[in-house]
Amino acid sequence: MAADPKPAQPITMDTFLDGVWRENPVFVMLLGMCPVLAVTNSVANAIAMGLATTFVLLCSSALVSLLRNAIPKQVRIATYIVIIATFVTIVDYVIQAISLDLYNALGAFIQLIVVNCIILGRAEAYASRHRMTASLVNSLGMGAGFSLALLCLGSVRELLGNGTLLGFAVFGERFQPWSIMILPPGGFFVLGAWLLLFAWLKERKARAAQKGERIHGT
Amino acid sequence: MEHESLGFIFLNSCIINNFVLSYFLGICPFLGVSGKLDTAWHMGLATAFVMLVSSVCAFAINTLLVQFELEYLRLICYIAVIASAVQLVEMVMKKFSPTLFRALGIFLPLITTNCAILGLALFQTFREYSFLQSLVYSLGAGTGFTLAIMLMAGLRERLALAQVPSVSQGAALSLMLAGLLSLGFMGFAGLGG
Repeated sequence: MAADPKPAQPITMDTFLDGVWRENPVFVMLLGMCPVLAVTNSVANAIAMGLATTFVLLCSSALVSLLRNAIPKQVRIATYIVIIATFVTIVDYVIQAISLDLYNALGAFIQLIVVNCIILGRAEAYASRHRMTASLVNSLGMGAGFSLALLCLGSVRELLGNGTLLGFAVFGERFQPWSIMILPPGGFFVLGAWLLLFAWLKERKARAAQKGERIHGT
Repeated sequence: MEHESLGFIFLNSCIINNFVLSYFLGICPFLGVSGKLDTAWHMGLATAFVMLVSSVCAFAINTLLVQFELEYLRLICYIAVIASAVQLVEMVMKKFSPTLFRALGIFLPLITTNCAILGLALFQTFREYSFLQSLVYSLGAGTGFTLAIMLMAGLRERLALAQVPSVSQGAALSLMLAGLLSLGFMGFAGLGG
Protein backbone atom coordinates (compact mmCIF):
# COMPACT_ATOMS: atom_id res chain seq x y z
CA MET A 1 0.00 0.00 0.00
CA ALA A 2 2.77 2.40 -0.93
CA ALA A 3 0.50 5.08 -2.30
CA ASP A 4 -2.82 6.21 -0.96
CA PRO A 5 -4.64 7.30 -4.09
CA LYS A 6 -8.07 7.55 -2.56
CA PRO A 7 -8.98 10.87 -1.02
CA ALA A 8 -9.93 10.72 2.60
CA GLN A 9 -13.38 9.25 2.83
CA PRO A 10 -15.73 11.04 5.14
CA ILE A 11 -16.18 9.18 8.38
CA THR A 12 -19.86 8.56 8.75
CA MET A 13 -21.88 6.79 11.37
CA ASP A 14 -21.78 3.76 9.07
CA THR A 15 -18.05 3.33 9.58
CA PHE A 16 -18.83 2.63 13.20
CA LEU A 17 -22.17 0.87 12.87
CA ASP A 18 -21.01 -1.60 10.22
CA GLY A 19 -18.95 -3.43 12.77
CA VAL A 20 -21.62 -3.39 15.44
CA TRP A 21 -24.46 -4.73 13.40
CA ARG A 22 -24.31 -5.19 9.64
CA GLU A 23 -20.90 -6.84 9.61
CA ASN A 24 -20.89 -8.10 13.16
CA PRO A 25 -17.67 -10.13 13.37
CA VAL A 26 -19.22 -12.99 15.29
CA PHE A 27 -22.81 -13.32 14.15
CA VAL A 28 -22.39 -12.36 10.52
CA MET A 29 -18.77 -13.06 9.57
CA LEU A 30 -18.24 -16.00 11.97
CA LEU A 31 -14.74 -14.85 12.90
CA GLY A 32 -12.92 -15.20 16.18
CA MET A 33 -15.06 -18.06 17.36
CA CYS A 34 -12.57 -19.58 19.78
CA PRO A 35 -12.68 -16.89 22.50
CA VAL A 36 -16.38 -16.37 21.87
CA LEU A 37 -17.12 -19.91 22.88
CA ALA A 38 -14.44 -20.40 25.46
CA VAL A 39 -14.69 -17.44 27.83
CA THR A 40 -18.41 -16.71 27.80
CA ASN A 41 -19.34 -18.91 30.74
CA SER A 42 -19.91 -15.78 32.82
CA VAL A 43 -20.75 -12.17 32.09
CA ALA A 44 -17.69 -10.81 33.89
CA ASN A 45 -15.34 -12.94 31.78
CA ALA A 46 -17.16 -11.93 28.62
CA ILE A 47 -16.85 -8.22 29.41
CA ALA A 48 -13.16 -8.53 30.26
CA MET A 49 -12.43 -10.42 27.08
CA GLY A 50 -14.42 -7.93 25.01
CA LEU A 51 -12.53 -4.99 26.49
CA ALA A 52 -9.14 -6.65 26.08
CA THR A 53 -9.81 -7.54 22.45
CA THR A 54 -11.15 -4.06 21.70
CA PHE A 55 -8.04 -2.48 23.20
CA VAL A 56 -5.70 -4.65 21.12
CA LEU A 57 -7.83 -4.02 18.04
CA LEU A 58 -7.73 -0.24 18.52
CA CYS A 59 -4.02 -0.01 19.23
CA SER A 60 -2.92 -2.35 16.48
CA SER A 61 -5.20 -0.70 13.92
CA ALA A 62 -3.85 2.72 14.83
CA LEU A 63 -0.23 1.58 14.57
CA VAL A 64 -0.76 -0.36 11.36
CA SER A 65 -2.49 2.56 9.70
CA LEU A 66 0.23 4.95 10.88
CA LEU A 67 2.93 2.70 9.46
CA ARG A 68 1.01 1.65 6.37
CA ASN A 69 3.39 3.43 4.02
CA ALA A 70 6.50 2.17 5.78
CA ILE A 71 5.73 -1.55 5.89
CA PRO A 72 7.03 -3.47 2.85
CA LYS A 73 4.30 -5.44 1.17
CA GLN A 74 6.07 -8.81 1.26
CA VAL A 75 6.43 -8.98 5.03
CA ARG A 76 3.25 -7.18 5.98
CA ILE A 77 1.49 -10.14 7.59
CA ALA A 78 4.50 -10.94 9.77
CA THR A 79 4.75 -7.27 10.77
CA TYR A 80 1.08 -7.11 11.69
CA ILE A 81 1.42 -10.23 13.80
CA VAL A 82 4.39 -8.82 15.68
CA ILE A 83 2.53 -5.55 16.30
CA ILE A 84 -0.52 -7.43 17.56
CA ALA A 85 1.57 -9.72 19.75
CA THR A 86 3.22 -6.70 21.38
CA PHE A 87 -0.11 -5.20 22.42
CA VAL A 88 -1.40 -8.57 23.58
CA THR A 89 1.64 -8.94 25.82
CA ILE A 90 0.85 -5.52 27.32
CA VAL A 91 -2.77 -6.51 27.95
CA ASP A 92 -1.66 -9.81 29.43
CA TYR A 93 0.54 -8.12 32.02
CA VAL A 94 -2.02 -5.39 32.76
CA ILE A 95 -4.77 -7.91 33.50
CA GLN A 96 -2.38 -9.89 35.66
CA ALA A 97 -1.66 -6.71 37.62
CA ILE A 98 -5.31 -5.68 38.01
CA SER A 99 -6.93 -8.95 38.96
CA LEU A 100 -5.27 -12.30 39.35
CA ASP A 101 -8.63 -14.07 39.62
CA LEU A 102 -9.69 -12.75 36.25
CA TYR A 103 -6.31 -13.68 34.82
CA ASN A 104 -6.70 -17.25 36.01
CA ALA A 105 -10.29 -17.45 34.77
CA LEU A 106 -9.37 -16.32 31.27
CA GLY A 107 -6.23 -18.44 31.24
CA ALA A 108 -4.39 -18.80 27.97
CA PHE A 109 -7.19 -17.07 26.10
CA ILE A 110 -5.73 -13.63 26.76
CA GLN A 111 -2.56 -14.61 24.93
CA LEU A 112 -4.61 -16.30 22.25
CA ILE A 113 -6.00 -12.89 21.25
CA VAL A 114 -2.97 -12.84 18.94
CA VAL A 115 -4.52 -15.43 16.66
CA ASN A 116 -7.98 -13.86 16.73
CA CYS A 117 -8.77 -13.54 13.03
CA ILE A 118 -10.81 -10.36 13.59
CA ILE A 119 -7.74 -8.34 14.50
CA LEU A 120 -5.52 -9.56 11.67
CA GLY A 121 -8.48 -9.24 9.33
CA ARG A 122 -9.02 -5.60 10.30
CA ALA A 123 -5.33 -4.81 9.95
CA GLU A 124 -5.17 -6.34 6.49
CA ALA A 125 -8.54 -5.29 5.12
CA TYR A 126 -9.06 -1.87 6.65
CA ALA A 127 -6.24 -0.30 8.63
CA SER A 128 -3.62 -0.83 5.92
CA ARG A 129 -5.69 1.19 3.43
CA HIS A 130 -7.25 3.95 5.49
CA ARG A 131 -6.25 6.94 7.52
CA MET A 132 -5.77 6.59 11.22
CA THR A 133 -9.01 8.23 12.34
CA ALA A 134 -11.12 6.16 9.97
CA SER A 135 -9.50 2.91 11.06
CA LEU A 136 -9.83 3.88 14.72
CA VAL A 137 -13.57 4.45 14.30
CA ASN A 138 -13.94 1.25 12.31
CA SER A 139 -12.10 -0.89 14.82
CA LEU A 140 -14.03 0.70 17.66
CA GLY A 141 -17.18 -0.48 15.91
CA MET A 142 -15.78 -3.94 15.36
CA GLY A 143 -14.67 -4.14 18.98
CA ALA A 144 -18.10 -3.03 20.15
CA GLY A 145 -19.74 -5.63 17.92
CA PHE A 146 -17.45 -8.33 19.25
CA SER A 147 -18.12 -7.31 22.86
CA LEU A 148 -21.84 -7.22 22.18
CA ALA A 149 -21.72 -10.76 20.83
CA LEU A 150 -19.70 -11.94 23.83
CA LEU A 151 -22.21 -10.29 26.13
CA CYS A 152 -25.15 -11.93 24.31
CA LEU A 153 -23.62 -15.35 24.82
CA GLY A 154 -22.26 -14.72 28.28
CA SER A 155 -25.52 -13.45 29.77
CA VAL A 156 -27.59 -16.33 28.39
CA ARG A 157 -25.07 -18.92 29.53
CA GLU A 158 -24.64 -17.50 33.02
CA LEU A 159 -28.38 -17.02 33.46
CA LEU A 160 -29.28 -20.54 32.44
CA GLY A 161 -26.25 -22.35 33.75
CA ASN A 162 -25.86 -20.65 37.09
CA GLY A 163 -29.05 -18.65 37.65
CA THR A 164 -27.05 -15.47 38.16
CA LEU A 165 -26.17 -12.35 36.23
CA LEU A 166 -22.82 -10.73 37.03
CA GLY A 167 -22.82 -12.80 40.21
CA PHE A 168 -26.23 -11.66 41.49
CA ALA A 169 -28.93 -14.31 41.84
CA VAL A 170 -31.77 -13.62 39.46
CA PHE A 171 -34.11 -16.51 40.02
CA GLY A 172 -35.50 -17.62 43.35
CA GLU A 173 -34.14 -20.23 45.69
CA ARG A 174 -35.81 -23.08 43.90
CA PHE A 175 -34.04 -22.54 40.59
CA GLN A 176 -32.30 -25.66 39.40
CA PRO A 177 -29.20 -24.58 37.43
CA TRP A 178 -28.94 -26.00 33.93
CA SER A 179 -25.26 -26.58 34.39
CA ILE A 180 -24.57 -27.96 30.92
CA MET A 181 -24.85 -24.35 29.72
CA ILE A 182 -21.65 -23.24 31.40
CA LEU A 183 -19.82 -26.36 30.26
CA PRO A 184 -18.29 -26.58 26.75
CA PRO A 185 -21.35 -28.01 24.92
CA GLY A 186 -23.47 -25.10 26.16
CA GLY A 187 -21.27 -22.65 24.26
CA PHE A 188 -21.97 -24.40 20.99
CA PHE A 189 -25.69 -24.68 21.73
CA VAL A 190 -26.17 -21.04 22.74
CA LEU A 191 -24.23 -19.66 19.77
CA GLY A 192 -26.18 -21.99 17.48
CA ALA A 193 -29.43 -20.75 19.00
CA TRP A 194 -28.46 -17.09 18.47
CA LEU A 195 -27.56 -17.81 14.83
CA LEU A 196 -30.91 -19.59 14.39
CA LEU A 197 -32.71 -16.57 15.80
CA PHE A 198 -30.93 -14.17 13.44
CA ALA A 199 -31.51 -16.42 10.45
CA TRP A 200 -35.19 -16.61 11.34
CA LEU A 201 -35.48 -12.82 11.68
CA LYS A 202 -33.72 -12.34 8.36
CA GLU A 203 -35.96 -14.80 6.59
CA ARG A 204 -39.08 -13.20 8.06
CA LYS A 205 -37.91 -9.79 6.92
CA ALA A 206 -37.17 -11.08 3.43
CA ARG A 207 -40.58 -12.71 3.24
CA ALA A 208 -42.30 -9.54 4.40
CA ALA A 209 -40.41 -7.52 1.81
CA GLN A 210 -41.41 -9.98 -0.90
CA LYS A 211 -45.03 -9.81 0.16
CA GLY A 212 -45.00 -6.03 0.17
CA GLU A 213 -43.51 -6.02 -3.31
CA ARG A 214 -46.20 -8.33 -4.60
CA ILE A 215 -48.99 -6.19 -3.18
CA HIS A 216 -47.35 -3.09 -4.53
CA GLY A 217 -46.96 -4.66 -7.98
CA THR A 218 -50.56 -5.72 -8.50
CA MET B 1 4.05 -32.05 36.53
CA GLU B 2 6.85 -34.59 36.32
CA HIS B 3 4.65 -37.39 37.58
CA GLU B 4 2.18 -37.55 34.69
CA SER B 5 2.76 -40.67 32.66
CA LEU B 6 3.16 -40.38 28.90
CA GLY B 7 0.14 -42.55 28.20
CA PHE B 8 -2.08 -40.39 30.36
CA ILE B 9 -0.86 -37.20 28.69
CA PHE B 10 -1.68 -38.66 25.29
CA LEU B 11 -5.15 -39.77 26.38
CA ASN B 12 -5.77 -36.46 28.09
CA SER B 13 -4.92 -34.24 25.14
CA CYS B 14 -6.51 -36.56 22.58
CA ILE B 15 -9.84 -37.49 24.13
CA ILE B 16 -10.57 -36.23 27.63
CA ASN B 17 -9.66 -32.61 27.02
CA ASN B 18 -9.99 -32.63 23.27
CA PHE B 19 -8.60 -29.36 21.91
CA VAL B 20 -11.55 -28.61 19.69
CA LEU B 21 -14.46 -29.89 21.70
CA SER B 22 -13.53 -28.91 25.21
CA TYR B 23 -10.94 -26.12 24.87
CA PHE B 24 -12.54 -24.50 21.80
CA LEU B 25 -9.25 -24.18 19.99
CA GLY B 26 -9.16 -24.37 16.22
CA ILE B 27 -12.87 -23.82 15.74
CA CYS B 28 -12.39 -21.95 12.46
CA PRO B 29 -11.01 -24.91 10.46
CA PHE B 30 -13.25 -27.23 12.43
CA LEU B 31 -16.33 -25.45 11.05
CA GLY B 32 -14.81 -24.29 7.78
CA VAL B 33 -13.01 -27.31 6.38
CA SER B 34 -15.25 -30.08 7.65
CA GLY B 35 -17.54 -30.22 4.62
CA LYS B 36 -15.94 -33.31 3.10
CA LEU B 37 -14.32 -36.28 4.76
CA ASP B 38 -11.39 -36.28 2.37
CA THR B 39 -10.34 -32.67 2.87
CA ALA B 40 -10.96 -32.97 6.60
CA TRP B 41 -8.45 -35.83 6.76
CA HIS B 42 -5.80 -33.79 4.95
CA MET B 43 -6.43 -30.77 7.12
CA GLY B 44 -6.15 -32.90 10.23
CA LEU B 45 -2.87 -34.40 9.07
CA ALA B 46 -1.35 -31.04 8.18
CA THR B 47 -2.36 -29.54 11.51
CA ALA B 48 -1.04 -32.50 13.47
CA PHE B 49 2.28 -32.23 11.66
CA VAL B 50 2.65 -28.50 12.26
CA MET B 51 1.69 -29.06 15.90
CA LEU B 52 4.54 -31.53 16.28
CA VAL B 53 7.09 -29.21 14.68
CA SER B 54 6.00 -26.10 16.55
CA SER B 55 5.85 -27.97 19.84
CA VAL B 56 9.52 -28.92 19.50
CA CYS B 57 10.43 -25.35 18.48
CA ALA B 58 8.42 -23.86 21.33
CA PHE B 59 10.17 -26.10 23.83
CA ALA B 60 13.60 -25.03 22.57
CA ILE B 61 12.64 -21.33 22.56
CA ASN B 62 11.21 -21.48 26.05
CA THR B 63 14.36 -23.08 27.44
CA LEU B 64 16.40 -20.34 25.81
CA LEU B 65 14.15 -17.52 27.03
CA VAL B 66 14.07 -18.82 30.59
CA GLN B 67 17.86 -18.98 30.54
CA PHE B 68 18.10 -15.31 29.60
CA GLU B 69 15.09 -14.28 31.75
CA LEU B 70 13.20 -12.90 28.79
CA GLU B 71 9.83 -14.53 29.45
CA TYR B 72 7.88 -11.47 28.39
CA LEU B 73 9.03 -12.06 24.82
CA ARG B 74 7.55 -15.53 24.82
CA LEU B 75 4.35 -14.74 22.94
CA ILE B 76 6.06 -12.78 20.18
CA CYS B 77 8.70 -15.48 19.75
CA TYR B 78 6.15 -18.28 19.67
CA ILE B 79 4.00 -16.69 17.02
CA ALA B 80 7.00 -15.81 14.88
CA VAL B 81 8.34 -19.34 15.20
CA ILE B 82 5.00 -20.90 14.30
CA ALA B 83 4.66 -18.68 11.24
CA SER B 84 8.14 -19.63 10.07
CA ALA B 85 7.61 -23.30 10.92
CA VAL B 86 4.58 -23.32 8.67
CA GLN B 87 6.61 -21.70 5.90
CA LEU B 88 9.40 -24.21 6.39
CA VAL B 89 7.04 -27.17 6.33
CA GLU B 90 5.54 -25.82 3.15
CA MET B 91 8.93 -25.45 1.47
CA VAL B 92 10.25 -28.85 2.58
CA MET B 93 7.08 -30.54 1.48
CA LYS B 94 7.17 -28.84 -1.89
CA LYS B 95 10.72 -30.06 -2.44
CA PHE B 96 10.42 -33.65 -1.25
CA SER B 97 6.81 -34.64 -1.70
CA PRO B 98 5.01 -32.57 -4.34
CA THR B 99 1.95 -34.87 -4.27
CA LEU B 100 1.36 -34.29 -0.59
CA PHE B 101 2.05 -30.61 -1.09
CA ARG B 102 -0.61 -30.40 -3.75
CA ALA B 103 -3.09 -32.23 -1.53
CA LEU B 104 -2.47 -29.93 1.43
CA GLY B 105 -1.42 -26.81 -0.47
CA ILE B 106 -4.17 -24.36 0.35
CA PHE B 107 -4.54 -25.45 3.96
CA LEU B 108 -0.97 -24.97 5.07
CA PRO B 109 -0.84 -21.15 5.22
CA LEU B 110 -4.17 -21.13 7.06
CA ILE B 111 -2.68 -23.12 9.88
CA THR B 112 -0.62 -20.13 11.09
CA THR B 113 -3.71 -18.46 12.47
CA ASN B 114 -5.08 -21.67 13.93
CA CYS B 115 -5.28 -21.05 17.65
CA ALA B 116 -4.84 -24.74 18.41
CA ILE B 117 -1.15 -24.47 17.48
CA LEU B 118 -0.39 -21.46 19.66
CA GLY B 119 -2.63 -22.87 22.37
CA LEU B 120 -0.63 -26.07 22.40
CA ALA B 121 2.65 -24.18 22.73
CA LEU B 122 1.26 -22.07 25.59
CA PHE B 123 -0.32 -24.98 27.46
CA GLN B 124 2.82 -27.08 27.40
CA THR B 125 4.72 -24.12 28.81
CA PHE B 126 2.19 -23.52 31.58
CA ARG B 127 2.23 -27.17 32.57
CA GLU B 128 6.02 -27.26 32.56
CA TYR B 129 6.23 -30.44 30.55
CA SER B 130 9.59 -32.01 29.82
CA PHE B 131 10.71 -32.48 26.24
CA LEU B 132 9.32 -36.01 25.89
CA GLN B 133 6.10 -35.03 27.63
CA SER B 134 5.49 -32.09 25.31
CA LEU B 135 6.20 -34.28 22.31
CA VAL B 136 3.56 -36.77 23.42
CA TYR B 137 1.20 -33.91 24.31
CA SER B 138 1.45 -32.47 20.82
CA LEU B 139 0.98 -35.91 19.25
CA GLY B 140 -2.17 -36.40 21.30
CA ALA B 141 -3.48 -32.96 20.46
CA GLY B 142 -2.90 -33.57 16.76
CA THR B 143 -4.65 -36.93 16.89
CA GLY B 144 -7.52 -35.38 18.82
CA PHE B 145 -7.89 -32.58 16.29
CA THR B 146 -7.92 -35.04 13.39
CA LEU B 147 -10.43 -37.22 15.19
CA ALA B 148 -12.78 -34.32 15.93
CA ILE B 149 -12.65 -32.80 12.45
CA MET B 150 -13.21 -36.21 10.81
CA LEU B 151 -16.15 -37.05 13.05
CA MET B 152 -17.65 -33.70 12.20
CA ALA B 153 -17.05 -34.18 8.46
CA GLY B 154 -18.68 -37.61 8.56
CA LEU B 155 -21.73 -36.20 10.31
CA ARG B 156 -22.01 -33.29 7.90
CA GLU B 157 -21.75 -35.58 4.87
CA ARG B 158 -24.71 -37.54 6.15
CA LEU B 159 -26.55 -34.37 7.03
CA ALA B 160 -26.27 -33.05 3.48
CA LEU B 161 -28.88 -35.62 2.52
CA ALA B 162 -31.26 -34.74 5.35
CA GLN B 163 -34.10 -32.30 5.02
CA VAL B 164 -33.78 -29.49 7.53
CA PRO B 165 -35.75 -26.25 7.92
CA SER B 166 -34.24 -23.55 5.75
CA VAL B 167 -33.42 -21.26 8.71
CA SER B 168 -31.16 -23.82 10.34
CA GLN B 169 -29.01 -24.52 7.31
CA GLY B 170 -25.34 -23.63 7.48
CA ALA B 171 -23.48 -22.45 10.54
CA ALA B 172 -26.30 -22.81 13.06
CA LEU B 173 -26.75 -26.49 12.32
CA SER B 174 -22.99 -27.16 12.39
CA LEU B 175 -22.75 -25.51 15.79
CA MET B 176 -25.59 -27.62 17.17
CA LEU B 177 -23.84 -30.72 15.85
CA ALA B 178 -20.59 -29.64 17.43
CA GLY B 179 -22.45 -29.16 20.70
CA LEU B 180 -23.76 -32.72 20.56
CA LEU B 181 -20.27 -34.05 19.76
CA SER B 182 -18.86 -32.06 22.65
CA LEU B 183 -21.56 -33.48 24.90
CA GLY B 184 -20.45 -36.94 23.84
CA PHE B 185 -16.80 -36.22 24.57
CA MET B 186 -17.75 -34.92 28.02
CA GLY B 187 -18.55 -38.50 28.87
CA PHE B 188 -14.82 -39.25 28.88
CA ALA B 189 -14.26 -36.74 31.68
CA GLY B 190 -14.48 -39.50 34.24
CA LEU B 191 -11.26 -41.00 32.91
CA GLY B 192 -9.18 -38.42 34.72
CA GLY B 193 -8.40 -34.71 34.90
